Amino acid sequence: MVVIVNYGLGNLASIANMGRKAGETCVISDDAGVIATADKLILPGVGAFDHGMSNLADRGLIPVLEQRVILQQVPILGLCLGVQLFGRGSEEGTRPGLGWMAADTRRFQFPEGSPLKVPHMGWNLIDVAKPSALVNHLPPEPRFYFVHAYHLLCDDDADVMCWTTYGYRFASGIQRRNIWGTQFHPEKSHAFGLALMKNFFALS
Amino acid sequence: MYRARVIPCLLLRGQGLVKTVRFTQPTYIGDPINAVKIFNDREVDELAFLDITATREHRDPSFDQVRDIASECFMPVCYGGGIRTVDHARRLFSLGVEKVLINTAAAESPGLVTEIANDFGSQSVMVGVDVKRDWLGRQRVFVRCGGKSTGRAPVPYAREMADRGAGEVMLNAIDRDGTMAGFDLDLIREVSDAMSIPLVACGGAGSLAHLSAAVAAGASAVAAGSLFVFAGPRRAVLINYPSAVELRAAFPQVATS
Repeated sequence: MVVIVNYGLGNLASIANMGRKAGETCVISDDAGVIATADKLILPGVGAFDHGMSNLADRGLIPVLEQRVILQQVPILGLCLGVQLFGRGSEEGTRPGLGWMAADTRRFQFPEGSPLKVPHMGWNLIDVAKPSALVNHLPPEPRFYFVHAYHLLCDDDADVMCWTTYGYRFASGIQRRNIWGTQFHPEKSHAFGLALMKNFFALS
Repeated sequence: MYRARVIPCLLLRGQGLVKTVRFTQPTYIGDPINAVKIFNDREVDELAFLDITATREHRDPSFDQVRDIASECFMPVCYGGGIRTVDHARRLFSLGVEKVLINTAAAESPGLVTEIANDFGSQSVMVGVDVKRDWLGRQRVFVRCGGKSTGRAPVPYAREMADRGAGEVMLNAIDRDGTMAGFDLDLIREVSDAMSIPLVACGGAGSLAHLSAAVAAGASAVAAGSLFVFAGPRRAVLINYPSAVELRAAFPQVATS
């Protein structure tokens, strides 16, 4: 069973919808008991970092997530803010993150006079950094929908699944063991997102 | 590769889609769900749905209709029409809409823009700025579907909305709507120069060249109605959208490095 973790942030309906298109029934839940029985997890999220961490804590979901993801190594996919929460913390806030990845979240910084706007909003390409089940067999020239002002910075490039360039190259997808995440929104990225989500559902 | 977004802007009237000229003369286009299915196949960048009668009829957004539409959308979707409260926005987001467009309510109770931005992030709030000339020939922001002047000039108004937390401004030149005669490039230049948030240009697109001209004038994204629902000189209804290759050729790529 795939559980989309409901902690009050994120476009849960869109993710469930893309799941349905991919032939998978996703359960949306904020219940620790349900999350404890999930064999795959999706951590969505749109909004501010501290808001995300406090919502997870207020709902008492951090212990069950740690148990499933760290101890039992159930595959988890973090999307947008969700993947940022996997790191140690963010320039956007003061609260520590989940600390599952050796990474910090930084705001896009461009030189004075740069025409690039923040947030990075729109479609952009990805460059696969390492063979990874999630980015296998994507349609040609895979592009995805992004909307974010902050991005992850991994200590170790070996954790980077794919890169995207906006002003400079940043990690648009990460993977370490059973932990996966994308800065972009596969649930809103047509056939490219559908293929990536299918890959996630097919993980064993 | 990162290029300006190209957004079909679709108008809802009752259960159907229509296209207007200068915000009047709605022509029936067809069923919104069928249109979404075609736009899915064409892999559009983003879609905007505007319910053009909700405010006039003092109605809430049609949540059931939004649910039906959003559940077919595998691209980002913006919805506007009748949104007057944070709870309206919350319900729309929970149905699978990424952005709400606030137009009349932004002028009449601008605190709403800030409230939605605080709860859901600026990227989820677009403010609609509909502009036409008043009887003195001055460009002014109009609300209530072009029916009522705010008396405000577009530049300070757009800047105020950005300051209040809007993530984007959709700038619509009412006099160009449905004409396919090209965008009001001076207006786009003036407003985009005055603010740092993305500007979505709307009103007048009749060709891909018009879209790229709007981007050259400062728009971060371009929206069009007629261009994507009509074909040929007799304006036969035909839902269409350029291919990725055509778009790449039409737009200079933003230097991203």
